[in-house]
Amino acid sequence: MKLRFTNARIVCPDTGVRDGDLFVDDGVIVDSLDDADTIDCRGKTLAPGIIDFGVATVDAAACRAGGIVRVALMPDGVPVLDDPGIVQRVALMGKPDLWIHPIAAATRGLDGRDLAEMAICCSAGAKAVGTGRHWIADSGVMARVLAYAHDLDIAVVTHAEDGGMTAGAVATDGETATRLGLPSAPATAEALAIARDLMLAEAADARLHIRQVTTKAGLDLVRAAKRRGVRVTCGITPAHLHLSDIAMSDFRTFAHLSPPLRAESDRRAAIAAIADGTIDVIASGHDPRGPEEKRLPFADSSPGMAGAETLLALSLMLVRDGQVSLDRLFALLARNPASVLGLESGTLRTGMPADLLLFDSAAPWRIDGERFAAAGNTPFDGLPVEGRVLRLWKGGREIRAA
Amino acid sequence: MPASDHRPAALIDGGAVFPHRHLTGIDGLQPHEIMFLLDEAERWVDANRAHATPDKRLDGLTQINAFFENSTRTLLSFEIAGKRLGADVVNMHAAQSSVKKGETLIDTAQVLNAMRADIIVIRHMASGAVRLIADKVDCAVLNAGDGRHEHPTQALLDALTIRRRRGSVAGQRVVICGDLLHSRVARSNILALTALAAEVRVCAPSTLMPAEVERMGVTPFTDFDRALVGADVVMMLRVQNERMTGGYIPSSREFRLRYGLTADRLARLPDALVMHPGPMNRGVEIDSAVADGAQSAITEQVEMGVAVRMACLDVLTRRARRVEGWA
Repeated sequence: MKLRFTNARIVCPDTGVRDGDLFVDDGVIVDSLDDADTIDCRGKTLAPGIIDFGVATVDAAACRAGGIVRVALMPDGVPVLDDPGIVQRVALMGKPDLWIHPIAAATRGLDGRDLAEMAICCSAGAKAVGTGRHWIADSGVMARVLAYAHDLDIAVVTHAEDGGMTAGAVATDGETATRLGLPSAPATAEALAIARDLMLAEAADARLHIRQVTTKAGLDLVRAAKRRGVRVTCGITPAHLHLSDIAMSDFRTFAHLSPPLRAESDRRAAIAAIADGTIDVIASGHDPRGPEEKRLPFADSSPGMAGAETLLALSLMLVRDGQVSLDRLFALLARNPASVLGLESGTLRTGMPADLLLFDSAAPWRIDGERFAAAGNTPFDGLPVEGRVLRLWKGGREIRAA
Repeated sequence: MPASDHRPAALIDGGAVFPHRHLTGIDGLQPHEIMFLLDEAERWVDANRAHATPDKRLDGLTQINAFFENSTRTLLSFEIAGKRLGADVVNMHAAQSSVKKGETLIDTAQVLNAMRADIIVIRHMASGAVRLIADKVDCAVLNAGDGRHEHPTQALLDALTIRRRRGSVAGQRVVICGDLLHSRVARSNILALTALAAEVRVCAPSTLMPAEVERMGVTPFTDFDRALVGADVVMMLRVQNERMTGGYIPSSREFRLRYGLTADRLARLPDALVMHPGPMNRGVEIDSAVADGAQSAITEQVEMGVAVRMACLDVLTRRARRVEGWA
């Protein structure tokens, strides 16, 4: 099928923002076409479909609503992604509408002891290996994970919390945790984990992707490591960009996240790290949890928030506030996650698959968890935002119509 | 007339003086609301001492004490308080039953609600659990301790003890010492005593000091002897034995050396009042000679506890009882 998108504001992380036309032939972006079906974009924004790095569950409806065409799936769901058969099944289950790229378990059973079959899992469809929302406590094991992954040229996706310091904690040390009487851990637990993994990755010349870096100390370490050439990338979720630990007040379990929300000074450091390029990826951390896991005392509730539906709108707040340009935002939402996963996707250059998102960047709406696909556990419930997904194409095939 | 002098009548005697449906914590209470509860408790102290003619104002009302965590003295205190006011008191010992963690907490709340209790007193091991239940039931809920969060009646009885013994809470230098990190008693006391304009010092080893506790308006100390300088009241907190085996504190004798309220330490404070919420580790955080000495108000705290709980049960059921001005 041949398509011509006209009257679009075209946002490409590689080539910038331009007004004009975009051509698609047989699911691939091409330079031009003589004869094609015309899609009038009416001045709205056409961008690469979002690649959401690190969702906890496959939630196709939420992804469709949020403009997401590909997800990297965390290995620590049920079952754990440490078996090639499971990896292969997961890699296929979303097609054709949603492409799922499994992050295979780096160690068998995510136990942090024995290396998992990384190469076989990669041939079964895994695009990276990871530790899930766990910390590999044994530095010797972590060194071997990185060394082995180096040989396969895949990224090791880590969770940056020193498990010894964060054991039992559900919040960050600070006034809010103290007032609520919640078990908490110091924010330095993150920088400690990052410091170790950076040194090990540097020694092994391995690719390290820290899925969420949420503290000033952690971001400073990543910034310095990048400067000296360590092959490190990192990400964050909108929750840690827009909320601080005070959002947990009144025991609001929708603000119970992993890693936990941080101090306001850390939040500001994260915004600065978006602006200066230290942070490479913004992801939803999508983890829908029903009332049976959230209508509990805070420390007993499960961490996590539903984020796929709100990823675009909450990220556009950074553009509105002048922290990033629109094309750079789509580097964070599409190009960079694609590059960490080694995917040919995430930009609108010629030859790329036509994974396209059409959205109205000015359309106002109010976040309403009740209308979410799986569960409404968002700490942003009720927040007025701007930016609405209009239409979505995966490989040139429309999967969400206006 | 300046605005501050304008006091509508309802503020002085009606339900507007205490507009809260539940007592889930000291947090959220205004200083005058705390003082109102203390004033109410004061009359029950006198009545209890005089063995006065029973006042059965809660006659026909059902009070459920739902204790998800073991307790002896607090449960007993609430039971006596309710019975003295004529309530039908039922104790639910959920700690031993199959109710584990928060799994069925909402279900339990709905069951309690369906029993049509008039007031529910709850103790639970999870911070925030009492507020969660309070949101789910129609009757008044009274927090008898939730995790590390709050234990409001303990703070009220401590404030009442201080007020009676020292004449006022305001201006008193109160030192709270012990396991602050895990203590709901400490949190509620910090809130109540600072609201009543006491000068609060908290003292603990750094391993048991909550982060940024100074943001609650207190001065933290790690050196007990320095904290004690000029103290009017010394409030010792219990340290769980399992925290004195190397996890937070190397040993109980090392704790006593650095933080124990010994006779020697108290000798430097001949006028200070000694308090402890109990149960005590005699010979660890407090010496027997101090606990039983002339400066100790520890048994008086227990006595004030019954009076404070009677006051809270009375006040929180006034709307249900359609007391004039409260309906």
